[in-house]
Amino acid sequence: MTVGMNLGMPGGDNIQELSVEELRAKYGSGLEIQSEENMLLSMGPQHPSTHGVLRLLLELDGETVVNLAPDIGFLHTGIEKNMESKTYTQALVMTDRMDYLAPMSNNFGYILAVEKLLGVEVTPRAEVIRVILGELTRILSHLVWLGTSALDVAAQSVFLYCFREREYILDIYEMVAGQRMMASYFRPGGLWRDVPEEFVPAIRNFLDFFPSRIDDYEALLKENPIFHKRTKGVGVISAEDAISMGLTGPSLRGSGVNWDIRKSIPYSGYENYDFEVPLGTEGDVYSRYLCRMKEMRQSLGIIKQALDRLPDGPVQIDDRKIVPPPRSELGRSMEAVIHHFKLWTEGFKAPKGYVFQRVESPKGEFACYLRGNDTSKPARVHFRTPSYVNLASLPIMAKGLFVADLVAIIGSIDIVLGEIDR
Amino acid sequence: MGVEQKLGNMGVVTTRLEDLVNWGRTNSTWPMLFGLACCAIEMMSTQASHYDASRFGMELMRPSPRQADLMIVAGRVSRKMAPVLRRLYDQMSDPKWVIAMGDCASCGGIFNNYAIVQGVDEIVPVDVYVAGCPPRPEALLDGIMTLHEKVRGEKLQEWA
Ligand code: SF4
Repeated sequence: MTVGMNLGMPGGDNIQELSVEELRAKYGSGLEIQSEENMLLSMGPQHPSTHGVLRLLLELDGETVVNLAPDIGFLHTGIEKNMESKTYTQALVMTDRMDYLAPMSNNFGYILAVEKLLGVEVTPRAEVIRVILGELTRILSHLVWLGTSALDVAAQSVFLYCFREREYILDIYEMVAGQRMMASYFRPGGLWRDVPEEFVPAIRNFLDFFPSRIDDYEALLKENPIFHKRTKGVGVISAEDAISMGLTGPSLRGSGVNWDIRKSIPYSGYENYDFEVPLGTEGDVYSRYLCRMKEMRQSLGIIKQALDRLPDGPVQIDDRKIVPPPRSELGRSMEAVIHHFKLWTEGFKAPKGYVFQRVESPKGEFACYLRGNDTSKPARVHFRTPSYVNLASLPIMAKGLFVADLVAIIGSIDIVLGEIDR
Repeated sequence: MGVEQKLGNMGVVTTRLEDLVNWGRTNSTWPMLFGLACCAIEMMSTQASHYDASRFGMELMRPSPRQADLMIVAGRVSRKMAPVLRRLYDQMSDPKWVIAMGDCASCGGIFNNYAIVQGVDEIVPVDVYVAGCPPRPEALLDGIMTLHEKVRGEKLQEWA
């Protein structure tokens, strides 16, 4: 079968017939060969430890990485462009599918941007529930990172433990939103609906048992000599380099830079919570590991504070132009029917202008640029996704090390390709 | 008068060769470790402790296509990835099967645009489609069992 063989290559080239050098020359990967003696190796896109469909072009001297260049775009989905043809509410479902390890964090950034553009403030209850779910999402994402990056350094069992707890969080997702992963639960003007009764007990239960589970994970890795050998002093990046490469999130804080959007530019009431930003000292893979582990505990603290102060009240603002009327009103009020019809056929209109909103996603600084033009569809959406920027510092971290170290480093910067390629 | 006389000679089972081969194939289908997007995370969940795909003889995910019998296309296939996917499929040794996991792999899903191949059946033959965005692990397991049913009915000739 030859259908689709030439897909993807602009000139109609058959990718199977091109050598790495030809590919590089034609499609420009940016890899500058240092010496003709060295070997060129293409790692990925089908590789167990590139965390998706990342392709790395490596220049190897024996087993030492002399130079490398990431080749991305194997998962390019056209999300930003697609969003321009959808109403603001419909476009929300696209954001889930970017960083699919932390869907609600993406919802968070996008929804805050939409609300900023509309100039609305959500209710206190919605705000607190968002924080709870945002922090749960952080744990959700860190669990996948822990499991897979441990797999990369050949610690098999951690993965199984992490996915056990992950199921619990996914059950909470399902409880509130009806979907295990792609929740789309945050909506412009609040939440899709109020959380069910079992929500608070379920979270309390989670808060009870999860700290001991973190202890379990640490018992497996933290003092493990093999893990130390694989991670300590590997993939070091200095604070200056990290800042100049635009690194964010735990990868930046592993180098000791205190930068967390929740603290520096608080959103959704994060200034009212008492928590610490864990910092590393060495800037190596192990520091980044420690940072993320501590972050999970801090997230638990935030969730606990949020639960204690969870106010009663509505979870949606009282503006029928943005939030659809409840079902019960539809039978009684003509006005409600009209609003309902307008919202589901056309959507609400957002004013002209642009906004920029950042949130701290589990992987770093997630930002959304949104431009409205008096219609119900965004004129332009752009996302600054942490994985995309973090990937750029991979060459700095990996040069001069072994290929096996490279695998550990990719795990430690916690990239997800859906977010890089969008 | 031992129990063996009551039971007859249990050491020999008569069956058709086809049934025996298909029984072997269904109970040791090794999937390829091939994650593309969001659906791959649910595929990992299926593999992990809670859903435990090893109950179906699938405890080993092979990253190398040469050692795999089953390709689970878990996620959206972009135009850049399509030739790679086809190449991986060609590298798998017969007999081989394909499950299109999720809406994106089945038909493009919510991404009807320039970047996504509208259904992976444009490039490789698909045996089972699993709906959902992403499908729950139960749904994937159901897809796997559907595939098993299909394999049980196959003729040896088909792969000869
Ligand atoms: S079907 Fe849904 S979950 Fe699966 S890859 Fe497509 S968008 Fe992601």
